[in-house]
Amino acid sequence: MEQAELKPGDVVKRHRLSTRLWHWTNALTLLVMLMSGLMIFNAHARLYWGDYGANDDKAWLVIDDAGDNGFVELAGVRVETTGVLGIWTNPEGEVKRRAFPYWVTIPSGYDLQAARRWHFTFAWILAVALTLYMLRSLWNGHVRNDLHIRKSEWSLGHIWHDIKDHARLRFPTGAAAKDYNILQKFAYISVIFIMLPLIIMTGLTMSPAMNAAWPWLLDLFGGRQSARSIHFLCAFGLVGFFFVHMAMVVLAGPVNEVRSMITGKYRLPGKAELAPEPVHVEGDPA
Amino acid sequence: MSGSNIIIPRRRFLTGAALGGSGLLLSGCDALTEDARFRSVLRTGEALNKGAHRLIMDRGALAPEFNESDMSPTFKANGSISGGTPEYAAHVADKFARWSLRIDGMVKNPQNFDLKTLMGMPSREQITRHDCVEGWSAIGKWRGTPLRLLLQAAGLSTRARFIVFHCADQWGPGMPYYESVDLIDAFHPQTILAWSMNDGILPVKHGAPLRLRVERQLGYKQAKYVMRVEATDDLSKFYGGKGGYWEDAHDYDWYAGI
Repeated sequence: MEQAELKPGDVVKRHRLSTRLWHWTNALTLLVMLMSGLMIFNAHARLYWGDYGANDDKAWLVIDDAGDNGFVELAGVRVETTGVLGIWTNPEGEVKRRAFPYWVTIPSGYDLQAARRWHFTFAWILAVALTLYMLRSLWNGHVRNDLHIRKSEWSLGHIWHDIKDHARLRFPTGAAAKDYNILQKFAYISVIFIMLPLIIMTGLTMSPAMNAAWPWLLDLFGGRQSARSIHFLCAFGLVGFFFVHMAMVVLAGPVNEVRSMITGKYRLPGKAELAPEPVHVEGDPA
Repeated sequence: MSGSNIIIPRRRFLTGAALGGSGLLLSGCDALTEDARFRSVLRTGEALNKGAHRLIMDRGALAPEFNESDMSPTFKANGSISGGTPEYAAHVADKFARWSLRIDGMVKNPQNFDLKTLMGMPSREQITRHDCVEGWSAIGKWRGTPLRLLLQAAGLSTRARFIVFHCADQWGPGMPYYESVDLIDAFHPQTILAWSMNDGILPVKHGAPLRLRVERQLGYKQAKYVMRVEATDDLSKFYGGKGGYWEDAHDYDWYAGI
């Protein structure tokens, strides 16, 4: 890449076509996976560790209702969630006693089989797209050049410095903004190489046929119900990533950031754009 | 949004867009779920999954088996738990003394097996995990007659492609429970008609006197109260035509390996 005097305001090519395609495919796919997954979860809103787990067994997470109250019970501690989780009212005004409300599930009304269809069809898109993206990123240098954490970055001092900068909303400017910082690398590596593979593998582990085909999956995750719990935790890890990701995009200048993920072109931010000030994108039709 | 403005309108715009977007998405997804063409697209997932499973899995690959110490303290009873009909209740009352399993359809020698005969045949015992489509699992011990022995005894026709299990429990007028498997699962070593559970006689709530165990699939394939086993070449001849009660009534996948 052209070196030397990159300065604030310069437009650089930031995201490859493979990254942009995968990003938007994933945005849609993960949303469908999450919402259809929450509907599937509604069929049995309890999570366990180990091989087995049903209503009489000890659950570490329960979303349920008692009388007129909905609640979440995590490791024995109850939090009331009436109206949102466990018991809520649908748009027709009917009171529903299900874990997750209609506005986060696909389909919006209880339908386990339809949700399974959505989930297992989009799972193919998720898995195939991730595999292609991983291979492409190894091939085109994205992993080596952009995600690879260099020796110099592996110091507590450097990481702490970056955490403080993020906490103060002090983002890199000019040429420094062209590369991912250490926290971004951690976030993207954990999504691409940890959470997504883990959520796919634990998903496979819940299939009784896959258990016959690849019994080592059960050993790896400590049983089918553990796999189900890890699957759920990964899903919420990804939801957490999404919210941080959104916050960072908004804080770093949403027009510039979103544009870079559509066209690939990114305007290097300068001092003036440090704060949550909006970016000025002259000549931008948006 | 030219951007020269303050952040609030933008944030409000984003929130509005997100809410509007999710509303649109929800109603859009619901409409798609109702759309027959889109449903058939989603159904390709089932075919892909079955194909992929059959591709990577040996036909005889065994479902994991467990030790006694791994068993669920209580095995959840789900679906029908009483068998329902008066005829069935009469069988329960005389401890299935006059009950027999009918094997017919595309077989050379249709025949009946009473419970004593079944129990006297070679049997298989397995401690396996039962996975409900809803998400829960229970581990229990089953003993029963391998289905392949019964099919061999009856002389399965070479034209047969599926085995249908007719059950005693009714799920509505003219809607008995039934299920079906293909011959790969029918001849699988762990596919048994179980008459014993957790070292006792199979209880009524778990499907007495005979329950199918087809261990590489989900719970709704494990038909309870099996009265008759019928070999066929075509599932569309039975009831709703999709090969099982849940498949007909609620559009569940016939292949339940996932």
